[in-house]
Amino acid sequence: MTVAEELSSTDWDDVRLALYSKSAADVMSALQRPVRHWQDFLALISPAAEGFLPDMAVKAQALTRQRFGHTVSLFVPLYLSNLCANECTYCGFTMSNKIKRTKLTMAEISEEVYAIKKMGFDSVLLVTGEHETKAGMDYFLQAVELVKAHFSHVTMEVQPLSTDDYRALAAAGTDSVLVYQETYHRAHYAEYHLRGKKQDFDWRLATPDRLGEAGMNKIGLGALLGLSEWRTDSAFTALHLSLLQQRYWKSRYSVAFPRIKPCAGDQATQKSQVSDKQLVQLICAYRLCFPEVELSLSTRESPAFRDNVVPLAINQLSAASQTQPGGYSAPTTALEQFSTEDTRSASAVANSLTARGLDPVWTDWLNAFGR
Amino acid sequence: MLTIAGTTFTSRLFTGTGKFSHPDIMKDALVASQTRLVTLALKRLSKGDVPDPTLNVLRSLPVTLLPNTSGAATAEEAIYAARLARELLGTSWLKLEIHPDQRFLLPDPVETLKAAEALCDEGFNVLPYCHADPVLCKRLEEAGCAAVMPLGAPIGSNKGLQTRDFLQIIIEQAGVPVVVDAGIGAPSHACEAMEMGADAVLVNTAIAAATQPVAMATAFAKAVEAGREAWLAGAAPVNSRASATSPFTQFLAGLS
Repeated sequence: MTVAEELSSTDWDDVRLALYSKSAADVMSALQRPVRHWQDFLALISPAAEGFLPDMAVKAQALTRQRFGHTVSLFVPLYLSNLCANECTYCGFTMSNKIKRTKLTMAEISEEVYAIKKMGFDSVLLVTGEHETKAGMDYFLQAVELVKAHFSHVTMEVQPLSTDDYRALAAAGTDSVLVYQETYHRAHYAEYHLRGKKQDFDWRLATPDRLGEAGMNKIGLGALLGLSEWRTDSAFTALHLSLLQQRYWKSRYSVAFPRIKPCAGDQATQKSQVSDKQLVQLICAYRLCFPEVELSLSTRESPAFRDNVVPLAINQLSAASQTQPGGYSAPTTALEQFSTEDTRSASAVANSLTARGLDPVWTDWLNAFGR
Repeated sequence: MLTIAGTTFTSRLFTGTGKFSHPDIMKDALVASQTRLVTLALKRLSKGDVPDPTLNVLRSLPVTLLPNTSGAATAEEAIYAARLARELLGTSWLKLEIHPDQRFLLPDPVETLKAAEALCDEGFNVLPYCHADPVLCKRLEEAGCAAVMPLGAPIGSNKGLQTRDFLQIIIEQAGVPVVVDAGIGAPSHACEAMEMGADAVLVNTAIAAATQPVAMATAFAKAVEAGREAWLAGAAPVNSRASATSPFTQFLAGLS
């Protein structure tokens, strides 16, 4: 049975019920355990744990320092294309949005690389909308080859691909792939994804399996918080993570916690809201249960939130992000995917880390690793 | 004094460079530790136009650099990193570490032995990070490694000498220096390793992640020295009962 099949056989309502029936006693025993498991994660993200947040934060911070030391890695997203063949009601790139569509040429990518390198970054996240025919494997391989010559670490966030495609991307220089399930609630997923290949819930769910099979060095997971009940979605994300860790033990994992942001043409009705305090609880719960997993926080969150939460449990951070193609080298009219909150420069973010006793890490990989 | 690959070290405390909050704090901690052999991850080294701040600091200290292959998951990747280290840093010293397992970062014995054989042939001073496996340590020694670096516990775990009994066998059998690496979380752990007869210890997380890294580095320096002196002094046997100088032994001594 693949990890995706195991997840599919897990019932949403059962998980939800288990999670919401956790008691303060469950939280206390989860906090005291030397090694924590999935049931402990459920307790730690449950409403019963809200009163234990100070304890959780102290323990999460200690685990973070032990594993990652006083360091935080910095990366930057590079949007290559906003072409998209999907209709997703919560996303600015959605097909029916009448925005200017761009796919950067190799020359334009070079200009972006130049602008990004000037800011000091050595780790880059390549992002595209999902358009198989116009931004597919040929384009990705060309782009990765170009970009890899300038960055030690390359991450991709594009449409789900086949195992063989992932092998080819790894060989070309891709170190990490992020594929967020958006929501693990099958019926809600269908409500949000109205057209295009992204409608295929199972193909997306099995993507981390294919990445693991392909030997991808790092695999990123996440749910878009707010699309469904966030606690249950997070419980599924954590289950996904722990099953993957057991099966594909040579891969590293990262988790992100994107909260839905307003975007152009937004038709989505959020099904749940995650407060700042709840997001901190969630992040701490991940650290307590997955001390070795890389936890990432994007510029979707405000400077004040990031400055205060990063020291607790975060070990990788984006900065100075532009979410529209071409945004670093030349302002374009092509629309951004979502609006960012933390618009500080890379050096301002780095200085703020230093002020909090954290060493900003720009380089942490060798090109030849993971090929 | 401790000699590895023809180089003599005045300190038996080896240290790392990762996890510090700032290069200046790292510098002060390394000075306080009196270390003379310092490992650094090649993957952390910035290879751009800007000089690497950590490397700048290390160059100003009286230490031998021990670049490590952290991040390598196979022998092939480690060999690549080793050659790059020699090229970038101009040194043949190498801490060989290969961990395909991403959660506990445990070393791969098969790949490590394979890489050690190749790198020793290429003239590197190879110090392999390995399990506390006495047979593996002998095989690494036969491959030509300059020392062996068995683990006390998983890296960064601060759990102390969980592999104590096997470390004891390794120390007893070794024909090369034994450096206990990984898992040493407190000065008492380092002291214990030295009392057991280890030639040196390597400590990173316990110093770098301490609330006061500089003070902790000083504490480790003292512990390593105390442990070494205790080893040289020869510990008295351990008894489960009190053994005061007994009247009976005095009586025996008095017999002609």
